[in-house]
Amino acid sequence: MLNYTLRRLMFAVPTLLVISFIIFALLDLAPNDPTGNLPLTIPPEVREQIRQSLGLGEPFPIRYLYWLQQFFINEPLNLLEKILGFPIGDSAERLRIRSWATRSPVVDLIIERMPQTLMVVGFAYFFGVLIAIPIGVISAYKQYSIFDQVGTFVSMVGFSVPTFFTGVVFIVIFSVNLQWFPSIYDTQLEVTDWSSFWQQVRQMVMPVSVLALYNAAQLSRFVRASMLDNLNQDYVRTARAKGMKERVVLLVHVLRNSLIPVVTVIALGIPTIFSGAIITEQIFRVNGLGQLLIIAIQGADIPLVQTLTFIFAVLIVLFNLIADLLYGILDPRIRYD
Amino acid sequence: MKKLTTILTGTAVALTMSAAAARAERGTDGELKIIYWQAVSILNPYLSGGTKDVHGSSLVLEPLAKYDETGTMVPALVDEIPTVDNGGVAEDLKSITWTISEGLKWSDGTPFTANDVVFTWKYCTAPDGGCQQAEKFTDIASVEAVDDRSVKITYTVPKPFPYGPFVGAESPVIQEAQFKDCLGPKAPECTEQNFHPIGTGPFRVVDFKANDVVTFEANPNYRDPSKPAFASAVIKGGGDAASAARSVLETGEFDYAWNLQIEPEILTQMAQAGKGTVVSSFGTSVERIEINQTNPSPDVGDMRSTRDGGAHPFLSDPAVRKALSIAIDREILVEVGYGAAGQATCNILPAPKNYASTNVDWCLTQDIEGAKKLLDDAGWVPGGDGIREKDGVRLSVLYQTSTNSVRQATQALVKDWWQEIGVETELRNIDASVFFGGDPASPDTFQKFYADVEMYTNNFDGTDPERYMSSWLCKDIPSPKNGWLGNNIPRYCNDAYDALVAEMATTADIEKRGEIAIKMNDMLVNDGALVPLIHRGEVSAHSNTLAGVRMNSWDSQLWNASDWSRAK
Repeated sequence: MLNYTLRRLMFAVPTLLVISFIIFALLDLAPNDPTGNLPLTIPPEVREQIRQSLGLGEPFPIRYLYWLQQFFINEPLNLLEKILGFPIGDSAERLRIRSWATRSPVVDLIIERMPQTLMVVGFAYFFGVLIAIPIGVISAYKQYSIFDQVGTFVSMVGFSVPTFFTGVVFIVIFSVNLQWFPSIYDTQLEVTDWSSFWQQVRQMVMPVSVLALYNAAQLSRFVRASMLDNLNQDYVRTARAKGMKERVVLLVHVLRNSLIPVVTVIALGIPTIFSGAIITEQIFRVNGLGQLLIIAIQGADIPLVQTLTFIFAVLIVLFNLIADLLYGILDPRIRYD
Repeated sequence: MKKLTTILTGTAVALTMSAAAARAERGTDGELKIIYWQAVSILNPYLSGGTKDVHGSSLVLEPLAKYDETGTMVPALVDEIPTVDNGGVAEDLKSITWTISEGLKWSDGTPFTANDVVFTWKYCTAPDGGCQQAEKFTDIASVEAVDDRSVKITYTVPKPFPYGPFVGAESPVIQEAQFKDCLGPKAPECTEQNFHPIGTGPFRVVDFKANDVVTFEANPNYRDPSKPAFASAVIKGGGDAASAARSVLETGEFDYAWNLQIEPEILTQMAQAGKGTVVSSFGTSVERIEINQTNPSPDVGDMRSTRDGGAHPFLSDPAVRKALSIAIDREILVEVGYGAAGQATCNILPAPKNYASTNVDWCLTQDIEGAKKLLDDAGWVPGGDGIREKDGVRLSVLYQTSTNSVRQATQALVKDWWQEIGVETELRNIDASVFFGGDPASPDTFQKFYADVEMYTNNFDGTDPERYMSSWLCKDIPSPKNGWLGNNIPRYCNDAYDALVAEMATTADIEKRGEIAIKMNDMLVNDGALVPLIHRGEVSAHSNTLAGVRMNSWDSQLWNASDWSRAK
């Protein structure tokens, strides 16, 4: 197992390098201009100076190497410095990846936004799983019952209606008409007492439920399919023949075996927590990573887009590995050596 | 009954008085909540010319003088606007001296001096700084502090309108003490300074979350001790225009929402909820169709869309250009795409008032029959498919613009009208960041103009049109020789026009300048270099509980936030 992990980790390095090159090259080659969104009253000569000051004067390979150095050496060193609290080397002169729109270091922007994304999207994912498993189990056990039909219908709706639609419908119903929840997420709110906690809960309700519905719809289908596969297996008949209670058969024998593929799916979905639910964050104005990415794309803020996309790539590679390892741990029949 | 009236009157008077009393104190009205759906990225307008950043920083940083909603200059950090009459502007128009108000302080309590103004000039003109407002500081020989309160700007050429630098939200004064280590290439690295500038405005920054939200509190050292009425302010960003409008007009969560460019009928519907008011103002923006005077055909190779490639095969005919213009019903375009944010116009220079022409209003009424007749008379006859042609040249137009739902709706309508008069139209739309991006390697920029006609909006800052009107000089035609830079997009070239530009550059009298500008405007429109369509305004909304909003297109929309208060 350890061998396998090490091998996979080593293989991840060239993979990530290739990904980083592709991301960098694609964004660089795309016809885009950081001064494109500025008012037309800014004359072309000034625009050229702006481009030069953003470092666009250098040729592509040099900029790529700079970026690699900043991403893999300078930024980790900076992070380490922050955690340890004392300077390592010449930290003032160290070049950092800077956003073109805000001119501030990209990594600081990401760190500032991480908690909101983890909280909102993380909760949504958690609740999604919590809802999906019982629905999946019951739907499978009582296949073609009314519960199953309704469950299938709801999950199909949740699956096929995009969040940018459900989000707006929620706002119109609960904010505009009923006035229960705020339509705009207050990112300044600090939870200090019960009333601010209640406010935080209120503003999280809508984005979390929109996303949770979407996640639950997907997952419950997986749970149901996996349960159905197992319910027809011989070991289930054996368990019943031994005189075990239906509860035990279902929850101990079948559910446990059915969860193996589901856990993989859940693990593979975790990077999406970090990448934020891009659209949902934008609709509710949650200042998470997804919204950061959208704003960066709209403003042609290339360094920010490159860095964010690459971080997501790293996470996806990492969680693929974790999913594979989990599979081995959960199912003793699977061995990698 | 009489008694009741007296009591009521008394109460009303008392209420008015208490409202007035409340207004006369700083920080009594709680929090001001503003929403900008494009989030503020940085609070330094010298490093970002984006409108949202300029507006955001205008709550903190101030210029020497601002423009009010009529486009008139009003003193901000000075007591009066220097003119030739009061001796502030030299007779030869080559220098201007501003006198700063007495006792002015930065929000950190230190005195504001002429050296700060001088430093601001140095900051923006430092090499490799990438200052985005460098345009404001052109032709300046020196900026010097005569004494602590007087600053003299000397120009290299006579400036009939010497109010470029330090007037309007784009070129405010920054504090020397704060920014002294941020000159040139160091400018972008000063994140702390760029996010928390010290200013003289009604508010100061408490917390800045880039691309998200900015929190302000009342500036304790603001020059008027009774202002601002609000104790704190936030500018929230992100999302889209429609939900920003909803948050002011329907849910009432915010007090002010900026730039609500959404379908007019949706906005009207939202306003019916009765929580807020839609306000609009008109600056100098004109949506126009520019007509390529040169040949954009790929057949002429490298000389495509340049004067070397020859005149346009059919748009060089004045009759065709005029026919295209009068075939358009501008009122319908306004109704469909702009609502309160647009007015039909035939002027390329629609404002300020003394520069706006009324001589070319012939284009305001649609005249399909007239257009057909013009084309008939010029010898363009309909072919078998209804498309007119002459000597083997078909009236087939490639019409490009940026991707934007309003623009595409306009394109579709115009295509229909042109079809009616026998002109075939092919539509094309290009992503805005490419179209306006100016990449010399891209064939799709508006400067290259590889199309017959193209549509976009342009405007100018401030109230003086001299530079804008000099866009259509022969020497400013984009071509490979100048790296496709140059503002003369339609490739219009007329010696008489160039002469008017030269005349304006030496005329100081405002009336005279107006006359010249109107002549230039009429010349461009009558010659069919461009087809003006819509005078575009800005639309914002404010809550009914917010008083004092004077919507402004000449300066930041938040220009008078110090006077805003909670309506009682």
